[in-house]
Amino acid sequence: MRSAALAGPPAASAELRAPAVWRRFPSRTATFCIVELQKLSHDRTELVTRAVQPVLWLLIFGETFNRIHAIPTGGIPYLDFLAPGIIAQSGMFVAIFYGIQIIWERDAGVLTKLLVTPTPRSALILGKSFAAGIRALAQVVVVLVLSIILGVALTTSPLAILGTVVIVALGSSFFSCLSMTIAGVVLRRDRLMGIGQMITMPLFFASNALYPVAVMPGWLRALALVNPLSYEVDALRGLLIGTPAHLPLDFAVLTFSVIVGVVTASSLVDRLAR
Amino acid sequence: MTAIPAVEIRGLRHRFGDHAAVDGIDLDVRAGEVFGLLGPNGAGKTTTIRVLNTLLPLQEGSVEVFGYPVVARMAVRRLLGYVPQQLSIEAALTGRENVSWFARLYDVPRRERKVRVEEALEAMGLSDDADRLAGTYSGGMVRRLELAQALVNRPALLILDEPTVGLDPVARGGVWERVEELRLSTGMSVLVTTHYMEEADALCDRVALMHLGRVRIVGRPSELRRSLGVAATLEDVFRRYTGDTIEGHEVGKGGLREIRRARRTAGRVG
Repeated sequence: MRSAALAGPPAASAELRAPAVWRRFPSRTATFCIVELQKLSHDRTELVTRAVQPVLWLLIFGETFNRIHAIPTGGIPYLDFLAPGIIAQSGMFVAIFYGIQIIWERDAGVLTKLLVTPTPRSALILGKSFAAGIRALAQVVVVLVLSIILGVALTTSPLAILGTVVIVALGSSFFSCLSMTIAGVVLRRDRLMGIGQMITMPLFFASNALYPVAVMPGWLRALALVNPLSYEVDALRGLLIGTPAHLPLDFAVLTFSVIVGVVTASSLVDRLAR
Repeated sequence: MTAIPAVEIRGLRHRFGDHAAVDGIDLDVRAGEVFGLLGPNGAGKTTTIRVLNTLLPLQEGSVEVFGYPVVARMAVRRLLGYVPQQLSIEAALTGRENVSWFARLYDVPRRERKVRVEEALEAMGLSDDADRLAGTYSGGMVRRLELAQALVNRPALLILDEPTVGLDPVARGGVWERVEELRLSTGMSVLVTTHYMEEADALCDRVALMHLGRVRIVGRPSELRRSLGVAATLEDVFRRYTGDTIEGHEVGKGGLREIRRARRTAGRVG
């Protein structure tokens, strides 16, 4: 009888099957990324609808400011300057609403089941945040292609492209942790939507995505300095269009932000389970 | 042969604020038996289960699963398969992807994964529908898919929280049939909560009647009935030991929330 194989030897297997702790984090992260890709493969409409906003930014805002030369970009065309900013922004927009998924899973009872699997809370959050990174990357590919069509002089170096993937993944991972943290506090989809709407534009404007930090008034410059999005954009500009960047600092700040984000969000996830 | 009990609970008490949802219970589930935890909503069944499956922290008393204390969370989680009361699958994934997801979360080795996923799907009669999105499944199929998710881990103890609530009678029968088959073919231990007395009577080796956070009586359904007379039902037994009907607290504790949840489930399942 085939189903005889479905039962484990009572109690024998608790330790036998447990993989080493250090393997559990990459394994769980891979699992959540695979699931995200599977979901994406069943429904691609979001990729298209979410591409509309970046198109508007590049096509209307970008092309216009490209002509009037109002923003000092250090000699490069404004559209080139803007493209990495819009790439970071589109990734952030995906990530900042990612917490809705965890609230949805809570309402649907799936979260409860995830929480009783042998998955530490922090591995769950890390996995989900990189899954958000995957979704953001899919979005970023769309914006990248668009930028090339619009004639932005992007790099073709494989190493720089790889760096871009890492930076976008880290940035989106952080913003999804922020979103899941808010989810753990407000516990409701509509509230998370409201807060998400409220913070996305300030995060975007108080960064170097649209204009260099140098032209900002002092108070805004201070905000841009603590905004992880600025570091993401700085790195992307350096990688994609070759402007002077602070890659090690950007990478360190983003990595640190992700760690803080994972710790904070995973300390709140049990609130969602109640 | 004295096997380690599947579950051993001693002096378990769990409070939410001032309210003791579970108020000092002792329970043993023997290895290989189907044990029913019966009682109305608010009796403390779900709280007991949530301490057992590590969703709630242990406040007072001791709880062991096959000799592992529940505070050793990861070890206990590896032994369990859990199907919560609410119908809960990822509607945006196919049936097979849903099961495969949980195989990964339970660290089923890669070389065995495919076979185990297929076995679980086949045992639940879902092979033909495995590549459809789970969002298109009927309520009974969703429940069977959840059982497949729980089984892919080859659990030593399967925990089912109100597995047939919100299902139509045919689907309910289907779910019990699968559980019965599993028990016969695998010998795994099953802990099930329900407030359908007839179902518990038909399926469970032993039952415990819970009421207001306490266990009132434990025994074989047939013995409990016989102790009250020839024509007695488990419903009568419950009334005798609690002075209440099982339906009496139906809309008691968390009634509104339960109803809302049931409606939401019904809405999603269609």
